[in-house]
Amino acid sequence: MLTEPNTLTNADARPPAVIYDGFKAQSVRKLRNTKVNPEASAKRMAWVVQVNAVRDNKDRKAFAELFGYFAPRVKSFLMKSGASPDLAEECTQEVMATLWNKAHMFDPAKASVSTWIFTIARNRKIDILRKQRRPEPEDLTWGPEAEPDQVDAIGLQQETEQLGQALATLPAEQRQLIERAYFGELSHSQIAAETGLPLGTIKSRIRLALDRLRHAMK
Amino acid sequence: MKQIKHHLTEPLLIGYAAGTLPEAFNLVVATHITMCDDCRAALAAYDAIGGEVMLDSEPVNVAEDALAATLAMIEAGAPVANTKPARAANSLFPGPLQDYVSGDIDSLKWRKVGGGVSQMVLNTSKDASVRLLRIPAGTAVPDHGHHGTELTLVLQGAFVDDDDRFAAGDVEVANEEMHHTPVAEEGMDCICLAATDAPLRFNGLVPRIAQRFIGI
Repeated sequence: MLTEPNTLTNADARPPAVIYDGFKAQSVRKLRNTKVNPEASAKRMAWVVQVNAVRDNKDRKAFAELFGYFAPRVKSFLMKSGASPDLAEECTQEVMATLWNKAHMFDPAKASVSTWIFTIARNRKIDILRKQRRPEPEDLTWGPEAEPDQVDAIGLQQETEQLGQALATLPAEQRQLIERAYFGELSHSQIAAETGLPLGTIKSRIRLALDRLRHAMK
Repeated sequence: MKQIKHHLTEPLLIGYAAGTLPEAFNLVVATHITMCDDCRAALAAYDAIGGEVMLDSEPVNVAEDALAATLAMIEAGAPVANTKPARAANSLFPGPLQDYVSGDIDSLKWRKVGGGVSQMVLNTSKDASVRLLRIPAGTAVPDHGHHGTELTLVLQGAFVDDDDRFAAGDVEVANEEMHHTPVAEEGMDCICLAATDAPLRFNGLVPRIAQRFIGI
């Protein structure tokens, strides 16, 4: 998932060791022009099509494809968050069943399929591992004709792809810190104290995703 | 909705997205996000990072019959209902809070904590605590410092703390270095939702004795 080096500013003029500084220095405008890996972006739209096929036609082949890709990653996430292999297996199957049952609630203008499945897995993790209720925000109230806009949907899918690529290009040490925060090895106060939490370098990416989300919420 | 000026911090949004906060904090976060579109969008971005972290984690083989077992579960119609709360008409309490509080302000079981201030502790997991505070107009919450983190979300009215004003929807995030003295504005009682992951320490003698009895 690494971006091509030539999409980074001045990459050719710098030794590889400081390639990330080049990335950091990029303005939001330049990030906007960063090439999306077309294959990866197409994969994301394919997931959207598969979820819609599950929703509209109870399409088992589409579901099997989503299952084949996501179930092993959901299981991995749950095990890294502290679930035993057996519990993670059981939980993963429940998460994937929820995907089937709630396919009508997925909105590609607001989330990538990966994001959506992550939130289902995270909520299941809180139920099962932490045995707590999870207070959820009220849903926004939508007008009667709230069909997701195709342009918003494609834009958000691409933005999420680029966020993923930006994460993948972080130095290993920084990426591990983010992983630890999401796997529950860092508390919120540890995150607050951790001046090294490297969100800075992916901030502009987050900001673009945010612009997109704000627009989709209007 | 008036403009919200004081928002959730990044570590809290990440903690909520990651599912690692205590329930009491989750309640404050979910209630603020119900009132604040900026934080709602920001949370979606932190959820997206979670999704990418999950995608990137080394896949672990699932059981050979996992797909078949899942399809069987779907056919058996295992209920996965998890409908989000809708706000009861005219309630002061946003949806997430209504799971914890029933009734309106005056029918709640308020208990005095001194200085005219009342509270009602809500029932959550024990790793942190959360309470509704009712501060009469013009009154100060007794001076207190704290270990850990304290989140105070305004539901009605407003309070002033040092030079900052916190009105409905605003959330104050205080850490242990802070000694703060919120004072409710004149006009109407200030109702807040306040969560802490360590006991509050009120600094006056009387509140400290009271604290031993009310267990905050």
